[in-house]
Amino acid sequence: MARQDSFQGAIPLLVLKILARRGPLHGYGLTIHIKQTSLEVLNVEEGSLYPALHRMEEAGLIKAKWATTDKNRRARIYEITRAGMKELEQEESRWRNISNAIGRVLKEA
Amino acid sequence: MSLLSRFVSVFRTERIGREIQEEQEFHIACRIEEFIEEGMEEKAAARRAALEFGNRSRAQADSHDAKLLVWLESTVQDIHYGIRTLLKSPSFAAVAIVTLALGIGANTATFSVVNRVLLSPLPYQDPDRLISVFEEIPSSKRSSISYPNFLDWRDMNRSFSSIAGYRGTDVNISWNGEAEHLPGEMISAGLFEILGIHPIAGRTFSKNDDRLGAAPTIVISEGLWKRKFGSMPNIVGQTVTVDGTPRTIIGIVSSSFHFPLATSINDVYEPMGNWNEPRFYANRAAGAVWFAVGRLNPGVTLEDARADMQRVSHQLAISYPAMNSSVKANLVPLKDVLVGDMRLALLVLQGAVLFVLLIACVNVANLLLARSTSREREFAIRLAVGAGKIRIVRQLLTESVLLALVGGALGLLVAKFGIAAALTVLPQTVLRPDEIGLNLPVLLFTFSVSLVAGVLFGVAPAFKTRLAEIGSALKESGRTMAGSRHHNRGVFVVLEMAMALVLLVGAGLMIRTLFALWGVDPGFNPHRVMTFSVSPQASLRKEKPAAIRSFLRQMHDKIASIPGVDAVSLGGYASPMNGDQEWYFWFVGKPKPAHVNDLPMALAYIVEPDYLHALQLQLKRGRFLTNTDNELSTKVVVIDETMAEKYFPAQDPIGRYLDFDTDPQNPGRIPNPQIVGIVGHVNQWGLASDASHPLQAQMYLPIAQIPDKEMSGFGQDIRMYVRTKSADISFASLREQLLSLDRGLVVFDNQPMEQIVSRSIASKRFTVALLVVFAGIALVLASVGIYGVLAHLVGQRRQEIGIRMALGAAPWEVLRMILGEGGRMILAGIAIGVILALMLTHFMSSMLFGVKPTDLPTFVLVVLVLSSIALLACYAPARSAMKVDPMIALRNE
Repeated sequence: MARQDSFQGAIPLLVLKILARRGPLHGYGLTIHIKQTSLEVLNVEEGSLYPALHRMEEAGLIKAKWATTDKNRRARIYEITRAGMKELEQEESRWRNISNAIGRVLKEA
Repeated sequence: MSLLSRFVSVFRTERIGREIQEEQEFHIACRIEEFIEEGMEEKAAARRAALEFGNRSRAQADSHDAKLLVWLESTVQDIHYGIRTLLKSPSFAAVAIVTLALGIGANTATFSVVNRVLLSPLPYQDPDRLISVFEEIPSSKRSSISYPNFLDWRDMNRSFSSIAGYRGTDVNISWNGEAEHLPGEMISAGLFEILGIHPIAGRTFSKNDDRLGAAPTIVISEGLWKRKFGSMPNIVGQTVTVDGTPRTIIGIVSSSFHFPLATSINDVYEPMGNWNEPRFYANRAAGAVWFAVGRLNPGVTLEDARADMQRVSHQLAISYPAMNSSVKANLVPLKDVLVGDMRLALLVLQGAVLFVLLIACVNVANLLLARSTSREREFAIRLAVGAGKIRIVRQLLTESVLLALVGGALGLLVAKFGIAAALTVLPQTVLRPDEIGLNLPVLLFTFSVSLVAGVLFGVAPAFKTRLAEIGSALKESGRTMAGSRHHNRGVFVVLEMAMALVLLVGAGLMIRTLFALWGVDPGFNPHRVMTFSVSPQASLRKEKPAAIRSFLRQMHDKIASIPGVDAVSLGGYASPMNGDQEWYFWFVGKPKPAHVNDLPMALAYIVEPDYLHALQLQLKRGRFLTNTDNELSTKVVVIDETMAEKYFPAQDPIGRYLDFDTDPQNPGRIPNPQIVGIVGHVNQWGLASDASHPLQAQMYLPIAQIPDKEMSGFGQDIRMYVRTKSADISFASLREQLLSLDRGLVVFDNQPMEQIVSRSIASKRFTVALLVVFAGIALVLASVGIYGVLAHLVGQRRQEIGIRMALGAAPWEVLRMILGEGGRMILAGIAIGVILALMLTHFMSSMLFGVKPTDLPTFVLVVLVLSSIALLACYAPARSAMKVDPMIALRNE
């Protein structure tokens, strides 16, 4: 059962976390980080990443600007905002609570 | 949702969609690189990256409803993207833009002349209804009209609302004691009304001004009013002295008004009808340089009018059989008269310059094709992230149109200089040259030409890319693609070569024409001959003939006494390539034809004995005029050899008498002279057209023997011919010498004889200058084209060449292979070009002189020049092929 849909809902949280820890990154960099730190368990469906990033930007959680990479390509670099930091804190603790709760249920049921 | 917010939201979503798309492209590009680093082959990497990405965004892009807005938005996006792409490869963009700027600029410059001369309506009211009226007589189709015939034509016709006449005349005008020589026109009442010109002050001539005995009046130009009269407000009603007669200024006409057939703006208009010259009114047989223009009645066609004038001519022939039996009216649309022989030259030039643009387009198309190879990956990515195929084609077309528009804008700069250069060689007969420039119609032309060019050179590469769609781009190997593409580009080069050859042949034929014209012996030596006009004071006319003769001698002696002056002659009536005057003549002792118009005509040069030396005519037989041929001695005439051959084929003309008693209303006006000598023929009608002119016979009469009653008329306008030993003698110094004789003399119209001769072939020089420039550009562009294609070809076949060399092929074999490749294209281009040239050059045959449109030496030379320059262009890529290192070439595989 490797349905990724269940995981896609967590993309905003992962994005915020990576941006908070690693600093500004472009979309491609984000997918690489998610893949590597999850030891390739989590694989972001790339087509849905960018619309998600735009929704987050609209909600004011992240901000973006165009920049030129060292290979002379134009890329959009994302950065976490203050509101994003706050959201991250809340979401992270909510996720931990839920995760702990689920863990307890799985262990003790 | 309100319409406005809907608009805004559509644009916003589009913007976001666009940003997302660009980000995704970046993402895929990174992914491809990663795959390649992992050791995957490039094309496979691209395919896998596209597959992994999925089709999500494509569905997104299709879901919008506001199709038009999306289209607009995406066009803006295409343009942004296009600009960025071009900026990324500045050298490609620069080469393409400069090529296009040359092609479009040359077209714009040529079109600005064509537009002004051929396309623009004449600056008169309803110009299509204006018809020039000529007298057609056996010796000339466009002869001037005798005044009595003019009056009858005007009054008897039923086709014209009005006919009015005009006669160029220069006047000396005095105001506040200062005399000035000015260009003017004698006209009949109604001329301004026919042309639709209204005076800006006062009025124009009425019938009442235009008759003998009317109070002398004058209309002046706005320019003269401003310049000479300092824009005096109450100028209308003032009196000025014109050729000794006080005339009242009755009106001013705008200086934007150009008189038809005048090369400069006239300053003065006088009513013809009160010219105090009785012969002009009475003599139905006399041509007095009087021409006419009429306005057709509404609904009357040119054919109707011709039939009507036929009827009038017939009636007049019955009424005046002696004078009018062979006189007809010839009607020609005014525009045709004005455009003259410029039409063909301009059409040929516009055709030629269109070829230049086509060659430029082919070159840019070639560049784009070469580039599309390196852009394959970019297109593959764009297709993968959901761009439609049509969308990619559209993107490419947007880019090429963008290139063309930038090229067109730069072309305007090229055209600006081109027009300035063209104006310097433009024949003087072109009307209103000051209005040639980058005006609105020309700008529109440039814009449309750029647009069409952009699509033209963009279509081939775009479709090439469309056919080689993503599938094949990712599946097929590069080499087969390059092969098919090379085939197309070869066709382009062949076309380029063919068009360049046609242009070179055209230019070559015109150059040979010019050389042939320079080689024409005009029958005189124009080198170091100065000519100018002298107009004595009006009071001289009233002097006795002896006093006039004495004054003319004084003028001669004054100039002859200047050190460095070799020979001087005064002259009148006909002047070589600079004005003609014909006399009817007959032969004493032969039965005379009943009608004057059936008599032959000859050009009459009234000169002094030193004319022979001043112009270095060739004395063939007998003697020229001498100082002993004066008013008291036997009247003499010298004729030219064509007159001798035509009218005295079997006998010796020397000693025979000519009969000048040709005017039934004025018997014995000029005494019959004896022929004393024969000189060589002088080229009267210009280097190019003399032989084709019907009037060839020429005769020379001494000034000293002008009959007494003709003397005052002759003394009004004198031409002087001065041969100098050195070039140091200036017109100003000659003028000063003459003025020392009489401060009231007007000395003007200084034209070195060499300038007059070269002016006679001005339209040829114009055509040659432009054609040579166009052919030169074509040659350079075509050579660059073949160079580019071969260089690309060598690049594509580097591996193949490497293998061949590894297998033992010698460098010279590689050289031969590449040169052979180029040579085949050149040969095919030359073959097609020669056929094309043979088909096209006969259109210019009437522009050629002394050379046939199929001139073999021109064709051979052009083929040699074109093929050697093209081969030279092939040599550089061939050499680089020879230097391919097999090891490096194979390692790249």
